[in-house]
Amino acid sequence: MNSLAPATDASPALTIELARQSAMCDWRGVLFFADLDLLVVSDLHLEKGAAFARRGRMLPPYDTAATLKRLGGVIADYDPGIVISLGDSFHDHDGAAEMPEPFREELAGLMAKRDWHWIAGNHDPAPPADLPGHASQEIAIDGLTFRHEPARGAAPGEIAGHLHPAARVVRRGRAVRRACFACDGSRLVMPAFGSLTGTLNVLDRAFAGLFARERLTAYMLGRKGIYAIAGSMLR
Amino acid sequence: MEHRTRLIDGIAAPYLPTPFSAWFATRGWQPRAHQLELLARTQAGRSALLIAPTGAGKTLAGFLPALTDLADRPKPRPGEARRGVHTLYISPLKALAVDIQRNLAMPVAEMGLPVTIETRTGDTPSHKRQRQKYAPPDILLTTPEQLALLIASPDADCFFSDLRFVVLDELHSLVISKRGHLLSLGLARLRALRPALQAIGLSATVAEPEALRRWLVPQNPPGAMADIVTVTGGAKPDITILETEDRVPWAGHSARYAIPKVYEAIRAHRTTLLFVNTRSQAELLFRELWRINDDNLPIALHHGSLDVGQRRKVEKAMETNSLRAIVATSTLDLGIDWGDVDLVVHVGAPKGASRLAQRIGRSNHRMDEPSRAILVPANRFEVMECRAALEANYLGAQDTPPLVDGALDVLAQHVLGAACATPFDADQLYGEIVSAAPYAGLDRETFDRIVDFVATGGYALKSYERYARIRKTRDGMWRVSNPRIAQQYRLNVGTIVEAPMLNIRMTRRGRGGASRGGPVLGKVEEYFLETLSPGDTFLFSGRVLRFEGIRENECYVSTGTGEDAMVPSYAGGKFPLSTYLASEVRAMLADPKRWKRLPPQVAEWLALQRDKSVLPRREDLLVETFPRSSRHYMVLYPFEGRLAHQTLGMLLTRRLERAGAHPLGFVASDYAIAVWSLNDMSAMLKDGRLSLAALFDEDMLGDDLEAWIADSWLLKRTFRNCALISGLVEKRHPGQEKSGRQVTVSADLIYDVLRAHEPDHILLQATWADAALGLLDVRRLGEMLSRVHGRIVHKSLERISPLAVPIMLEIGKEAVAGDANEALLGEASKLSGEELMQEAMEG
Repeated sequence: MNSLAPATDASPALTIELARQSAMCDWRGVLFFADLDLLVVSDLHLEKGAAFARRGRMLPPYDTAATLKRLGGVIADYDPGIVISLGDSFHDHDGAAEMPEPFREELAGLMAKRDWHWIAGNHDPAPPADLPGHASQEIAIDGLTFRHEPARGAAPGEIAGHLHPAARVVRRGRAVRRACFACDGSRLVMPAFGSLTGTLNVLDRAFAGLFARERLTAYMLGRKGIYAIAGSMLR
Repeated sequence: MEHRTRLIDGIAAPYLPTPFSAWFATRGWQPRAHQLELLARTQAGRSALLIAPTGAGKTLAGFLPALTDLADRPKPRPGEARRGVHTLYISPLKALAVDIQRNLAMPVAEMGLPVTIETRTGDTPSHKRQRQKYAPPDILLTTPEQLALLIASPDADCFFSDLRFVVLDELHSLVISKRGHLLSLGLARLRALRPALQAIGLSATVAEPEALRRWLVPQNPPGAMADIVTVTGGAKPDITILETEDRVPWAGHSARYAIPKVYEAIRAHRTTLLFVNTRSQAELLFRELWRINDDNLPIALHHGSLDVGQRRKVEKAMETNSLRAIVATSTLDLGIDWGDVDLVVHVGAPKGASRLAQRIGRSNHRMDEPSRAILVPANRFEVMECRAALEANYLGAQDTPPLVDGALDVLAQHVLGAACATPFDADQLYGEIVSAAPYAGLDRETFDRIVDFVATGGYALKSYERYARIRKTRDGMWRVSNPRIAQQYRLNVGTIVEAPMLNIRMTRRGRGGASRGGPVLGKVEEYFLETLSPGDTFLFSGRVLRFEGIRENECYVSTGTGEDAMVPSYAGGKFPLSTYLASEVRAMLADPKRWKRLPPQVAEWLALQRDKSVLPRREDLLVETFPRSSRHYMVLYPFEGRLAHQTLGMLLTRRLERAGAHPLGFVASDYAIAVWSLNDMSAMLKDGRLSLAALFDEDMLGDDLEAWIADSWLLKRTFRNCALISGLVEKRHPGQEKSGRQVTVSADLIYDVLRAHEPDHILLQATWADAALGLLDVRRLGEMLSRVHGRIVHKSLERISPLAVPIMLEIGKEAVAGDANEALLGEASKLSGEELMQEAMEG
């Protein structure tokens, strides 16, 4: 991997190799396997605002609409036959059941005529209520394993979410922090897609042991493009 | 000492019970006239404001009404129900409450009064708080946050059943913040519970005492005022500006040049208090003093970021007079009596005449002896500012800021607190709230929106009705929907929002936080640490530290080598130059007769400016344009303080962009603004492509401001505070840090969502109002634009002017707008003041 400094004209997607499969990291935070016609999105955290409201914190009720709109955008662009939602699709157990009807319809519309998979996450261990799609703990396709939480000692080709990776670079005394795909060629951790989701620095202890540090690259999500930053440049 | 007594007819002479007159007599003292007058007014049933300088016996005066009343109270009969709190004392600082307890305990014991006095602060253990609920003391010393908690409790009515007096100390400093807003609402609630309650405000001298008098009493009828007792006089302070033959720097804030003289002054006095404006200045000064401290004088450092244990040690040492000097920031600003200070040195400009007077009041606490103070300007503009402040202090000018309307985030917190105490009727609560002076102008619609916000977030999309925190029940009363809400409220009460801070912990070099680490030295803002890379050094707690890394909520450091460190960046104008001082500095600039009192090097500099360019008149705005190294500069001198200048700089840059000048960046100081561009602004002004009148038109505060501000980090920072105070998001509590950042909802994200979907939301309105007043200083900018209307003096120059030298030197030190300007930074950082001055002199 080359250590690119943020370029002025970043491309909207960069191709990576993972367990001999090639995939595109899209600047909007989704991963697309063209050969498999497969789109991966992780940590949607739908109905997060409502989940907080149920516990007495009245966060804006607009996150679900915003997330669905962005999701609709990438699905329209790639028109994938298969979609994997990599867990924490809903922020809490009640999320799917309590979701307002218009949102449910919108989501069902995105799912229609696609092979849609809900991977179980720690926020949503049970399959979402009243929604179609297949639910599973993990999925293996062509040497790739899709699961929510990265498993230590997993075979190469693991694609996971859960950790909400972000990367930080410091240039000329200024720090820039963005959500990112974190990948060392053997494992990939997806950025969180949900509108109200925070991030965790990929150098945090929670990531310890997941990546071969010298091969780690962070694909940082820019405003209009994606930037590949070598692990050695991260702070 | 002189007492201005304005006795109103019908006020009877004060009644002083025997133990009191006897106590004064055995000491050979007389009660002071203002103490008696305050007593007389309160005995007549009135609320009153006491304005007095430090050392006038304010505390005793404030407590006399309570103590005399308690002295005559009959002993409780056996079997009588327990008595509630009689007097509530509220101060902005925990330390002050503790200090007062100590000072009050002595006379109470000596007079043998049957009075119990206790403190209740954030540090009070829960078993003691619990006990206080069952057996309240007669006098409770506490803080605004604790009052908010007490009134939000279901048994508040019972706890305060015997409340007679509220004593509000350091009122001048409380009322200007959101804590003051919270306190005013608490006071309104207490008055609703006990309508006969009397308030006693204690304050230093302020510009508008009427505002404080209104603050103390219910605003129904509007404009009602408490009585006032004013103590004037005292010995004139003896203030000088440090005299030096050394060259006073053009720019910067370090005052390094003056260190040897300052050290001499410390040696010549018993105890010296050194005030600076920022923590980094404190660190630097402390370090520089120790560098030359050949006599090993005990010199200590005190600022808010240091570890509490460390601070307490310094305070203890001050009390016992075992220190010769203390370098301090505003943590020591307020009226705490510590030790025997006989000299105050103020390094850097005081930024306000009233602030200077209050800081100088720290020295020599006996009112009849003059306080001694030395001002040490750090650069040439500060020389003028110090001179102006000094003259103002002699003249007794006051420039405390005017009070602002009560903040809406604080109101939201209070409304939830009210529901936690007992179900409320909206009409009644509204009436109670508008009786508090800061909220007297609150309209009913805004109040109702706040209630809606508290209930369900106040969103246009009504999807949270079923999760409402408070609900209107069939009897028309609003109630909390479950006990968990009240619990949440109690954990989040208060208005003090600190920038996220990380602990500074010692470790061994190169361990990057891999080892367990040593002691914690204190806390530093996260945003500062985020810009460091391992190996960088900075000054903290008087030593050079090497940054090793951040792990979770701790920053690991090791002992740095060498003397030099990258100092924490100057935090900027924490206190903007007061309007009054700004106007005085402009007046001084315009009047060569007044230069005689300035050091010769400064007077010569001004004379050069007169020859090479022009000196603006007091009400004028001077705008200079000149080319330099293939850039074109515009420098203006409004003297309105850094905040207003920053806002103006942003707006000017936008307008110049539209006019096709291609501005590249700008920099703002307390005194001036410099904008630089690719195109020749002199030529554009000459041929009419650019018009100064249009450039500085007041309409820039409309759409331009809104368009710029919406995306600014300034607004996000403000929003974060509003979100926390209003209860939209939770404060993080110790221990929760570990739950990981990915699950906490950052206020920035909420801000973006809200801006995109509901730009008229009440919390965004509150944020905007806050930012306009605080970080943007829009009011001041507006006043300035209307003042200079038709009075803009433009001078097109061949080269940099003498007056422009200081601001041009700031260019290398400040962040500039846009990303393309890094090359300019490098270029500018190589400049020196002497070279620029040389340039100004050429031709």
